Amino acid sequence: MSNAPSTHPVLDPLLAPPFPQAALPVLRNPQLRKNVAHAIDVIQAKRAKLVAEKTDWQELRTSASAIRAHALENLDFYLEQFETRCTAAGGTVHWAADAAEARQIILALLRQENATEVIKIKTMTSAEIQLNPFLEAAGINAYETDLAEIILQLGDEEPSHIVVPALHINRSQVREIFARRMGLENLSDDPKALTNAARTWLRQKFLTIPTAISGANFLIAETGSVAVVESEGNGRMCLTLPRALITLAGIEKVIPRFQDLEVMLQVLARSATGERMNPYTSLWTGVTPGDGPEEFHVVLIDNGRTGVLDDAESRATLACIRCGACLNICPVYRQTGGHAYGSIYAGPIGAILTPQLQAMKHSRSLPYASTLCGACYDVCPVKIDIPEILIHLRNKVVKGHGAPMAEWMAMKAAARAFASGGRLQSAQKLVRIAQKPYVEDGVIGRLPGMLANWTRFRDLAAVPAESFRQWWAARQRKEIS
Amino acid sequence: MSAAKLDARQEILERIRKAVGGARDRAAEYAAIPREYRREGGMAPEARVELFAARLYEYGASVYRCTSAQIADAVAQALTQRRRTAIVVSHGVPASWLPDGFEFVEDDALSYAALDQSNGVLTGCEAAVAFTGTIILRHGAGQPRRAVTLVPDYHLCVVRAEQVVETFPEAIRRVEEFRAAPLTTISGPSATSDIEMTRVKGVHGPRTLDVVLVR
Repeated sequence: MSNAPSTHPVLDPLLAPPFPQAALPVLRNPQLRKNVAHAIDVIQAKRAKLVAEKTDWQELRTSASAIRAHALENLDFYLEQFETRCTAAGGTVHWAADAAEARQIILALLRQENATEVIKIKTMTSAEIQLNPFLEAAGINAYETDLAEIILQLGDEEPSHIVVPALHINRSQVREIFARRMGLENLSDDPKALTNAARTWLRQKFLTIPTAISGANFLIAETGSVAVVESEGNGRMCLTLPRALITLAGIEKVIPRFQDLEVMLQVLARSATGERMNPYTSLWTGVTPGDGPEEFHVVLIDNGRTGVLDDAESRATLACIRCGACLNICPVYRQTGGHAYGSIYAGPIGAILTPQLQAMKHSRSLPYASTLCGACYDVCPVKIDIPEILIHLRNKVVKGHGAPMAEWMAMKAAARAFASGGRLQSAQKLVRIAQKPYVEDGVIGRLPGMLANWTRFRDLAAVPAESFRQWWAARQRKEIS
Repeated sequence: MSAAKLDARQEILERIRKAVGGARDRAAEYAAIPREYRREGGMAPEARVELFAARLYEYGASVYRCTSAQIADAVAQALTQRRRTAIVVSHGVPASWLPDGFEFVEDDALSYAALDQSNGVLTGCEAAVAFTGTIILRHGAGQPRRAVTLVPDYHLCVVRAEQVVETFPEAIRRVEEFRAAPLTTISGPSATSDIEMTRVKGVHGPRTLDVVLVR
């Protein structure tokens, strides 16, 4: 829509403003912060309860982590095996090096089906390649079918969470969007009524539109199968009823064997939504005569992933199973919500994934969007050490692309001063004089000029009137006298 | 296969090999993956079935218990309770499960519209998990079509006690021989928490799920 307000979040890493700037609209919007805090409090409480009842939780995490690491270290083998088995079962596998290739492949397949409409299961990867606007420009209407995605699509809103992407929108806002776009003036804001409205709105689309697009939670190499995990049944509708189904999946989604599901599905549901098991999981292999789509395509997309794989220190980023637990626990995400991350991948995982997918050329403020408290690592079901990777990426930002010149020079000067006691004392003397106009109650709250950048978001402890060395020296002198 | 497609495939695989390639003993590495989590249950059969039933209640499903001679009676009881009269019967359901006095329609490639207008569907299952309250359906030849277990608004599923295992890993082993068939795991009726995290039961999949539990 063209009348989008100027604060409309930009989730394209190429265009998004830096994190501190992008965070401001939410920080200044109490309603939005309330919506975000409420939603993540609810999920966290459910998750904590269900993780606590699982006595083998740590063992499951260890296995899940090892399975994902093994799959990534043998990615070429498992992808080729997936391709072979899927093809043997009647599917067609396509490979796309980047977003543009994936979009073209999907468009060509839709044209082959003479599709003017397509129903979609929630897929982050499709948002990553900005598929919907592309299809729209090509004259194909893409209908999102996940409730949260419908809210976003009809409301011209952007996703702010990888599992519950509309958590920043409350019931009265949903009511307003549905009433306006579905023509339901008397709709109430009861979630049950809103859910029912979505059901009615989609029912005929499910039963009649013959083409669908899905993502994949897992690709199983051993069988060539795809797994889709969901709650509402919109996924089952899309992957069962249409004549043709196109699955778009990142190359990192593959797991070696069917039996690995016994680990991955257990950790995913508890971490993502705080359920013992999600209501529905669908598994299918190629085409099954008399049951489901007659035409099945998988588009395997790289789009920067092999670049992530190439760095052994941050490779584990690709182990992510998109549960969103790290978003829910993150003290930074809690305050800023998802839009500040300038990408559809928000929160701690977004902070490490997005800059890497951009080959560190964009989103370079994201590795700093963290307090390094480590909570994300504690909850990660596949044990991605996000804090370590954040530090590694900060290092890359500084080394590869240069820190701001002034900061670099200041740090160098500071290093020199701290390296010698004499120099430090001289520096302290200088600063004591210079800081005078800015000190209040022992802290510096606001520095002038370029130094203001340092104090914009934090206080600086003032240099005290007397240093420990001076105090000690004075004490010794007193004792002697 | 188009030239572009070949190029992308080759390019991606080469980039992967450059990043992680090299000689390795894949099978040994896979076998070395630690699996210290619970892979076997320890509950007595009676307690296991009770736990399964308790989970179903939590999901809002009704559970009708019976012996294998009483399945048709239990089905009649469930359908009466839910006021359902015209029910689709999936492949693999024996005639002995069907009580008199209801209209049962065999799934002979019924249209989606017909499924949509039906009162519900009756199926069996492949396995079930007590700890998570999960039912696993197998589809394909001689089994319920996926659409049949999905489009009707009511799903009545017959689960035999011996199909119920305690842990999820045990269930995965039970269905492993059918790993290339379409499989659906169902843990309660469809649901959403997308609006203010308020759980709403019943979205697109069957809004009501009941289980006949056979001892």
